[in-house]
Amino acid sequence: MTFEYAPAPESASVVNIADSYGLFINGKFVPAKGGMTFPTINPANEKVLSKVAYASKDDVDKAVAAARAAYTKVWSKLSPAERGKYLFRIARILQERAREFAVLETLNNGKPIRETRDADIPLAAAHFFYHAGWADKLEHAGVGNNPKSLGVAGQIIPWNFPLLMLSWKIAPALAAGNTVVLKPAETTPLTALFFAEVCQQADLPPGVVNILTGDGATGSHIVNHPGIDKIAFTGSTEVGKLIARSVAGTKKSLTLELGGKGANIVYEDAAIDETIEGIVNGIFFNQGHVCCAGSRLLVQESVHDEVIEKLQRRMSQIRVGDPMDKNTDMGAINSSAQLAKIRELADVGGEEGATRWDNGCELPAKGFWFRPTIFTGVTQAQRIAREEIFGPVLSVLTFRTPQEAIDKANNTPFGLSAGIWSDKGSKVLWTAKNLKAGVIWANTFNKFDPASPFGGYKESGWGREGGRHGLSAYLKGGK
Amino acid sequence: MRIDVKKTYKLYIGGAFPRSESGRSYEINDAKGKFLANPALASRKDLRDAVVAARSALTGWTSATAFNRGQILYRVAEVLEGRKAQFIDEIVALEGSTRSAATKQVDEAIDRWVWYSGWCDKIASIYGSTNPVSGPYYNFTTPEPLGVVGVFAPQKQSLLGLVDALGAVLAGGNTAVVVASEKFPLPAISLSEVLATSDLPGGVVNILTGKTVELLPWMASHMDIDGMDISGVSANLEKEVRVAGVENLKRIHAFKDATPQRILSFTENKTVWHPIGI
Repeated sequence: MTFEYAPAPESASVVNIADSYGLFINGKFVPAKGGMTFPTINPANEKVLSKVAYASKDDVDKAVAAARAAYTKVWSKLSPAERGKYLFRIARILQERAREFAVLETLNNGKPIRETRDADIPLAAAHFFYHAGWADKLEHAGVGNNPKSLGVAGQIIPWNFPLLMLSWKIAPALAAGNTVVLKPAETTPLTALFFAEVCQQADLPPGVVNILTGDGATGSHIVNHPGIDKIAFTGSTEVGKLIARSVAGTKKSLTLELGGKGANIVYEDAAIDETIEGIVNGIFFNQGHVCCAGSRLLVQESVHDEVIEKLQRRMSQIRVGDPMDKNTDMGAINSSAQLAKIRELADVGGEEGATRWDNGCELPAKGFWFRPTIFTGVTQAQRIAREEIFGPVLSVLTFRTPQEAIDKANNTPFGLSAGIWSDKGSKVLWTAKNLKAGVIWANTFNKFDPASPFGGYKESGWGREGGRHGLSAYLKGGK
Repeated sequence: MRIDVKKTYKLYIGGAFPRSESGRSYEINDAKGKFLANPALASRKDLRDAVVAARSALTGWTSATAFNRGQILYRVAEVLEGRKAQFIDEIVALEGSTRSAATKQVDEAIDRWVWYSGWCDKIASIYGSTNPVSGPYYNFTTPEPLGVVGVFAPQKQSLLGLVDALGAVLAGGNTAVVVASEKFPLPAISLSEVLATSDLPGGVVNILTGKTVELLPWMASHMDIDGMDISGVSANLEKEVRVAGVENLKRIHAFKDATPQRILSFTENKTVWHPIGI
């Protein structure tokens, strides 16, 4: 049975995108040196949305100088409670402009409006609201007596949750008393630039937040800038390691949120229908562009056939298409480069002997698209069981005993997330205890909250974001 | 006149006291230049054996209750107290310090074990959290052991510096591979004899003696070591260690004193979500 839905498009008229944007340095939008720009598109139809400035080394120098001056002269001198009030203001403005931001994020990222409206933007606002309250309570952050800010933070964020990742970076940095130079991802700069307007509306002192659009080279200038005290990066493990090597031996502190290959473990006593929803949410949320996605499904052998049959039936109901339609479940892949990477790994999966299945849905002619796909009969040595695909592709493996589930789940250099599905409390807690992962969702998946620390074991990164533990990454203990 | 029975200073790996597989040793003299001992000069293979022992011991040590770990660390302090005189003699001879300074160092080292033993069952309740998330979920964060930690103990204060480092690693529930102070290795070896008789399971602590520059790169690049305390590594070697450690994103830290944050540096925070409902 198929359900027919009438189109329910969200209106794009709520957001007014300018033809071009400058860099946000010292409270003002300014052109990049030499006037360099690059276009940013809507990945669902490949239309150009705007042109943004390309920051080179000189622009990074200017932004760092502005951040340093703001740190020394203004931000570090402000009383913590007053600092917090600016963050409360930002949180409120994000709430007021939530619909505008949701639409803009969907246009620039390709993710469904349902997700930007219900997850990305409210969580971003909540992140500022949560951290605002920390600003005058830093002595409780757990770093020792008399905690101190670090100085200027250089922050580099990915394209999968553009505004939300911005909030994960900027909110704790500012609450702890640092100033920031942030680079949004090359393909998703627009909500960060609108956020710069929010800073203006909040009357945030100039230089406290600086936004530089650009590419990997821009990021590298930030990482290597001698005027920066802390680097915070979210992205691939490969780039994270490059950054860690650059920062090694310097005085900079570093936190990294990197890749994952999360195991989603289904025990035979799980509530299967709920589990199916959790599996779908775990891998197809945000087109699978999620570092903590449940991309390796570990199913107990006795329920494997039932789970796969129900999962395929459920996947057939996933609506892929116009991200602006309120009924859409899965939107566009963020870029042609990412689509090529997903296709390459999926092709390898077939060549290496796993069985491929997708839901066969129709895909739009323009834009970047990939069907929800699963591989069954996957073995641990195959690339689709080891490498992060960062797309809507699920690899299914089986196990017989709980210990085998743990061994397989932990058999990866990553350690970001994991899922557990079981109706037995003691088994859930035993499994959670033995998993080497920083975030464990038991009988749920892909839940996020500003109060909940997020981050990985092993090669999934250094440090946490969110909660008291995340805040402490922007502080040092004093004497 | 009675002739002393002198001790052979050996490595401590997996609860046993082997010589270096390389058959090498090096000469240690006292502060006045008089011969003291020929401790083993550990090789890369000894280091790898020690990592295997530490990894094998990890499951047992991390699954021991925190209360049990605390009792064992306290037991170390008890046994150390009984052998105080030996450590004082070694420190006086090696470091050339006065007897009162050596006594102070040993007293502090014993008291530090006691302090760390008390942290074992408190670190999670003070530095873990339940997190009030916006939804019907129970959500909590606990610091869990990082895994196998490599320790380069400080060159000076050869007993106290080592205890400061080792106590933090053990209180966090980790197992350790220690490279002793190159110049003053004897108290570390004697400490291994204390550890071997203190109910600490074999392999939880492994102690190597040898050349820092020889062992450091292999430890930094070893893929089965999760973290390092490099408090004893000189500043000119630090960058090299950190770059090599990036290969598996080791958590690498250096410290000047013993704090709860030092214990936390070798833990990983795990956050667990579960729905609340009927």
